[in-house]
Amino acid sequence: MTNLVEVRDLNIRFTGERTVHAVNDLSLSLGEGEVLGLLGESGSGKSVTLRALMRLLPKKRTQISGSVTVLGQDVLAMDDEALSNFRGQTVSMIFQEPALALDPVYTIGRQIAETVMRHEGKGEREGMARALEMLEVVRIPSAKRRLDSYPHEMSGGMRQRAMIALALACKPKILLADEPTTALDATVQIQILLLLRELQREFGMSVIFVTHDIGVAVEICDRVAVMYAGQIVEQGSLRGIVRSPVHPYAKGLLASTIHGAKRGERLETIPGTPPSLDRAPTSCSFAPRCSLAQPRCSEQLPPVVQVAPDRMARCVLAEPAVATA
Amino acid sequence: MSEIHSHVDMLAPVEDVGGAAQPLLQVTGLTKHFPVRGELFGARKTVRAVDNVSFAIAKGETVGIVGESGCGKSTTARLLMHLMKRDSGEIIYDGMQVGRTLSLRELRRGMQMVFQDSYASLNPRLTIEESIAFGPKVHGMADGAARALARELLGKVGLRPENFANRYPHEISGGQRQRVNIARALALSPRLVILDEAVSALDKSVEAQVLNLLADLKREFGLTYLFISHDLNVVRYISDRVLVMYLGEVVELGPVDKVWDQPAHPYTRALLAAMPSSDPDKRTEVPPISGDPPNPIDPPPGCRFHTRCPFAEPLCAKATPQLTTLDSTGHQAACYMAIPGSGHSRAPAREEEAA
Repeated sequence: MTNLVEVRDLNIRFTGERTVHAVNDLSLSLGEGEVLGLLGESGSGKSVTLRALMRLLPKKRTQISGSVTVLGQDVLAMDDEALSNFRGQTVSMIFQEPALALDPVYTIGRQIAETVMRHEGKGEREGMARALEMLEVVRIPSAKRRLDSYPHEMSGGMRQRAMIALALACKPKILLADEPTTALDATVQIQILLLLRELQREFGMSVIFVTHDIGVAVEICDRVAVMYAGQIVEQGSLRGIVRSPVHPYAKGLLASTIHGAKRGERLETIPGTPPSLDRAPTSCSFAPRCSLAQPRCSEQLPPVVQVAPDRMARCVLAEPAVATA
Repeated sequence: MSEIHSHVDMLAPVEDVGGAAQPLLQVTGLTKHFPVRGELFGARKTVRAVDNVSFAIAKGETVGIVGESGCGKSTTARLLMHLMKRDSGEIIYDGMQVGRTLSLRELRRGMQMVFQDSYASLNPRLTIEESIAFGPKVHGMADGAARALARELLGKVGLRPENFANRYPHEISGGQRQRVNIARALALSPRLVILDEAVSALDKSVEAQVLNLLADLKREFGLTYLFISHDLNVVRYISDRVLVMYLGEVVELGPVDKVWDQPAHPYTRALLAAMPSSDPDKRTEVPPISGDPPNPIDPPPGCRFHTRCPFAEPLCAKATPQLTTLDSTGHQAACYMAIPGSGHSRAPAREEEAA
C-alpha cells in the first residue's frame, strides 16, 4: 500500500505574546482509500495538524518544522501558486461550521462552479452542470432549485451537504474533515456520517477525520490516532484501540465516555486538566494525571513503542511486540 | 482557610410545604409562542417554541429532557425559571402557585439554574468568591458569612478555595468554571436545580468528573434535578424519568429505562437509533430518518412528526395525538400507533374490543 500522506516529526509552534507548542514530534501516514481518525479533546492539536496538511495556518505567527509529503510533493516547500493548485484539487477540507465556510453572497451553485472553473479550466456551463451533479451526489432534495439558493436559505444539515459537494467537486484524492458533524443534531449527524462513508467508498478517497467523539470515530474510521497535548499517544486500527487501548490516556478517554454506564455507578474519570503548552515537552505530558505514573515518566520523554505491527503507543508501560521472524 | 469556619451558615432552604407526595414542580399546559415578522404584507408567523407542555417532577427525582435544537427544551427551562413570560399554563412549586402564594424572589431561591456557556453566565469583573457570595447577600446574608459560604461551596465542588476564591472567570478552565456555576446555584440552598446543557460544552473526561460531582451534590444536599441535554447517553445515565420533545411538544415521557428499551414514539426510536455505535463491528448501516427537523415557525399540522415519520397515515396530518398513558409505570406517548383504537392501522385494538 502506498502512502498518500507522510508526516514526519512535525512540530508546530505559535509565536506571539506567548509561545504555544501546539504539535510536538508528530508522525503519521495515510494509505490509499483509508479513513484515519484524529481523536482527542480540545487543545490536543488535532485541528492544527489537519490545517498544517493544507498550510492553512497563519504564516507570520507559525513555525513549522518536520516534513509533510502529500502524493510525493513537499507541502511545506510549496509556493503560493503551487498551494492554490494543490488545495481543492488534490486535498480539500470540510469544516465544523458550514455557515462560516461558505461564502454568504454567492449561491451554492455559483460557488461549486467557480471551483471547477478554477481548477479544471472548464467553462461556466460545464461548471454549473458539475454543481448540479454534485448536489445530487450529496442527495440534496430538488437539487436543481437549490443551485440558486444562498447558504442562509438552507438548514444546517443541508448546508453541510452543500459544503461536502463543494469539497468533492474536483474529485480530490484526500479529504480532510474537521469535526464536520459536531454542530449537527443527532438525527442529522448520522445521515451525514453515512453519506461521507458512502462517498469515500464511491470516490475511492482517503480521509483524515478529526473528532472528539469516539462514537463518530467508530462509525467512520479504519484507523485512529489518539492525541494528547500535541502528540499522538497511541495509533492503530480502530478495532484494536476501542477493544484494548494500551496508553493510559486512551484507556481513560474510552472509559469516561458514557456508553451504557449504569445509573448510580461512578463514572471513571481522568483527574486533573491537560497541561498548558507553553514549553516543549521534555517528559511524558500525561504523567501528572496518570494513575500508573512512575518516577521515570517525569524524567524523560517516553519511548514510541511498536506494540503490534500496526500499533504504536508512546508510554513506558507499553510492551513491545515480540519479533517473530 | 475554610477549616477555621467549623460551622458555615447557609440560607435556610425554602421550606417543604406540600409533603413528600406533592410534586416539587408541577407544570400544566405550558405554552410560549414567539411572533416573527413575516414578509411584507405576508401573514404573521409564529414560532411555537413550547406548546401545551405538562409534566411533574417529584421530590428528589432527576428528570431529563431530550430533543434536538429548536425543540423547545431551553425555552421550557427559561419559562420555569420565570426568565421570560409564558403565554399560558400553570407552574406550581411545591403546591404553591408562583405570584400568589409564592413570590418570585422565594421561587428563585428554591429553584436555580446552570447554563451551557460557563463563561457568559459569570460576571467577568467579579472574583469567583464574589460571584458565589452575591446571591446570598441579596437575600440578606452578611458579607463575611456569604464569603465563608462561598469558600465552603468551592470546596464542595472540588475547587480548593485558597487557590480559586480570588481568581477571575477568565483565569480558569471551562470545567472549573462550570463547577463555579454549580457552586453559585447551590449558594441559595435551592431544592430544584435546572441544568440546561450544563455539561455539553465540556470535554469527555471533564464531563464525567462533573457528572460524578452532580451525583455527590444531589445526595449531600437532597437536590432535585431537571437535566436538559441533547446527549442521550448522559441523560440515560443521570435521569430517573425522561421527556422527549419534538418541535415544542412532549412526544414521549416515562421512566428512562422504559423509554430506552421500549420506545413508543417513532421519533424516540429514531433518536435512539441515531446514536453513533460503540462497537466497530456493529456500525449503523441505514439512517433512522431522513431530512432535517422542520422549522419551528409554523410547524406542520396534526402530529408534528408526520412529515418525517415512516409510518404516517392520513389521520396523523389531521389532528394532534394527545399524550396518552400506556401502562402503570407512567409511560406516556403522543402517537396514534400507541393509542388503542385511534384508527391508525398499527394501533393496538381497544381493550374492550380485544377482550
